[in-house]
Amino acid sequence: MTQTRATSHQPPQLDVDALLADPTTEIVVCCGSGGVGKTTTAAALGIRAAESGRRVVVLTIDPARRLAQSLGLSELDNTPRPVTGIDTTAGGSLHAMMLDMKRTFDEVVIAHSEPGKADQILANPFYQAVSSSFAGTQEYMAMEKLGQLKASAGTPEAPWDLIIVDTPPSRSALDFLDAPNRLGSFLDGRFIRLLTAPAKAGGRAGLKVFGLGVQVVTSTMTKILGGQMLSDVQTFVNALDTMFGGFRERADETYRLLSEDGTSFLVVAAPERDALREASFFVERLEADGMPLAGLVVNRLGRVSAPGLSPSKSLAMAESLEEGNGPRSATTAAGVLRLHADLVRTAERQRDLADRFSRAHPGIPVVHVPALGRDVHDLESLREVAASLAGT
Amino acid sequence: MTNDWARARLHVVTGKGGTGKTTVASALALALASRPGRVLLSEVEGRQGISQTFDVPPLGTDETRILRLGSGGEVIGLSVEPKAALLEYLQLFYKLGRAGRLLEKFGAIDFATTIAPGVRDVLLIGKIYEANRRRRDGRHKGDGPLAYDALVLDAPPTGRIGRFLSVNSEVADLAKMGPIHSQAGAITQLLESDRTVVHLVTLLEEMPVQETLESIAELTAKGLHPGAIIVNMVRAPLLDDAALEQARAGRLHKPSLRTQLTEAGVTVTAALVDGLVAETRDHALRVDLERDQLALLEATGLPIVTLPALPQGVDSGSVHELAGLLVDQGMLP
Repeated sequence: MTQTRATSHQPPQLDVDALLADPTTEIVVCCGSGGVGKTTTAAALGIRAAESGRRVVVLTIDPARRLAQSLGLSELDNTPRPVTGIDTTAGGSLHAMMLDMKRTFDEVVIAHSEPGKADQILANPFYQAVSSSFAGTQEYMAMEKLGQLKASAGTPEAPWDLIIVDTPPSRSALDFLDAPNRLGSFLDGRFIRLLTAPAKAGGRAGLKVFGLGVQVVTSTMTKILGGQMLSDVQTFVNALDTMFGGFRERADETYRLLSEDGTSFLVVAAPERDALREASFFVERLEADGMPLAGLVVNRLGRVSAPGLSPSKSLAMAESLEEGNGPRSATTAAGVLRLHADLVRTAERQRDLADRFSRAHPGIPVVHVPALGRDVHDLESLREVAASLAGT
Repeated sequence: MTNDWARARLHVVTGKGGTGKTTVASALALALASRPGRVLLSEVEGRQGISQTFDVPPLGTDETRILRLGSGGEVIGLSVEPKAALLEYLQLFYKLGRAGRLLEKFGAIDFATTIAPGVRDVLLIGKIYEANRRRRDGRHKGDGPLAYDALVLDAPPTGRIGRFLSVNSEVADLAKMGPIHSQAGAITQLLESDRTVVHLVTLLEEMPVQETLESIAELTAKGLHPGAIIVNMVRAPLLDDAALEQARAGRLHKPSLRTQLTEAGVTVTAALVDGLVAETRDHALRVDLERDQLALLEATGLPIVTLPALPQGVDSGSVHELAGLLVDQGMLP
């Protein structure tokens, strides 16, 4: 089984360096399910691209504290900051930022409405809840921020020509693609029109549009939510409506940005069943939507430093050493062999899972990144990850 | 181990993604069922993790028996889905009928379950709250026997658990009166009482441990009760401390390793010995890191339960094994 697996379906190798060096690559989106190392991958790619001459900004969503510190990000201030400690001899530069979703939303409100109106929206309890805790806001705001970074690119304050985006730690990788559109379509949807219609069209006229059902619906909503909450919702929706002139349009625009030629998606997965299944869903979705997929990163594969010694042989030897009642060095050697057997088995299982993905999705370039012996939270270890990503 | 969740009925299991939260929740449900008892095991993110763990058909929004133990204990599975929960809730409390369908038609249900802040989470927990109160006769009042002896919730990950469990108090603030307000209040009461305990699953790695510690602080600050820390996928040390010490310093004695390997019948090359020494050194460093992380967890003062790594991955058989280990380590109330 081992032999057939090794020879039959080798996926093409993902060439990360070529992707990063290509001047037409303007946005790289790292996506995948939670806990697979998206943020680390994004940061490592950022360093590698910057040190090979690109002017890069990395947008992280929810980095582990020590990873953030390694990039010099001590606070969540929603503004790209230059990262020091980067080798800039090739002419590149690196900025990094952490997304503050509430502040991003506030900024959108302030930028697109008159001063009095903005205050009114910011103070609305419904707005406050949506902007700080709605599942999907983070994805929407990540896209919003991406749009802003793209729009400002190339100015002296925003010197970047490559944006690397980490995606929010969603349940599913698909949330990143779905949430903005969902938010957009609902805010433009039938129900919202229903809520806003009476105000816009002046009471009864609005009702006529929808017929009798409206009364039932509004009265039911009032009964369930309480009248005050419903009126908060209406205020909020009306305010947003006049401000955005179509939330959906905005979501569509950001979505379009993602399907442009300059964008590449990198799907990150851990060599585990669940993470690879998520990766499959995501890859299928990208294909269905015509989104540009660069390839799959299989992260943190077990490392084997002594290839050529099979696990079964190792275990058999370990057993005979243990039975021999030999010196302490025999016990140690047995331990070393058991450890080796363990490592090889784990690595084989992980490789099997990765191969299964490639069988289902032939032709998708893949790179395998071995696990580091330690956690990644300084520039040096990020460079090491980056080198593995580049296959060197 | 002694535990202080003797009165707990609702066991919420959280953990960073990839730590084996679903496996642990499944094993805990099985352990609780073995007493014997009737246990509801629910997931709220539609991942179908439970059905995969037990190798049964995908779970739906109807409570379905996953397995029955020889002792008479049962595990019932449920995948809670907000839309279904909302329609059921509306039917139960408002007897809506036609209006319910209209709400659906107008997109109000979609609105409530996806856009309205927190409502989705309120509905998900609300369904658990309902199952917790339900009597065997299907009613929610009276003093008949309860439908479930215990409930296990495969909850959202540590990054979202605090918000998820406190969403009711947020909503109670937002909807200042009305039925949603009082429902949210009642749920908060259950979650903050000693009938509810939150267990945290982690690996002995830096990031999951960090999140676990942050999560414990957050839960405690919100008046919720952290229960056990379940350290998952623990590997037994393969070398004694003296050997680890040598390995860490790169001083593992190569000649004697070479001798032993040769004696055991291996064709020994320098590359093989170097490779094995490198592997052992990585292992020693990993063990160090794990010990540091364990010390951090121990400093919380919470009970710690360990579960072994399963080299072949998790299947329905190994869940039984893990359940036994949870019982042995005093996880049951």
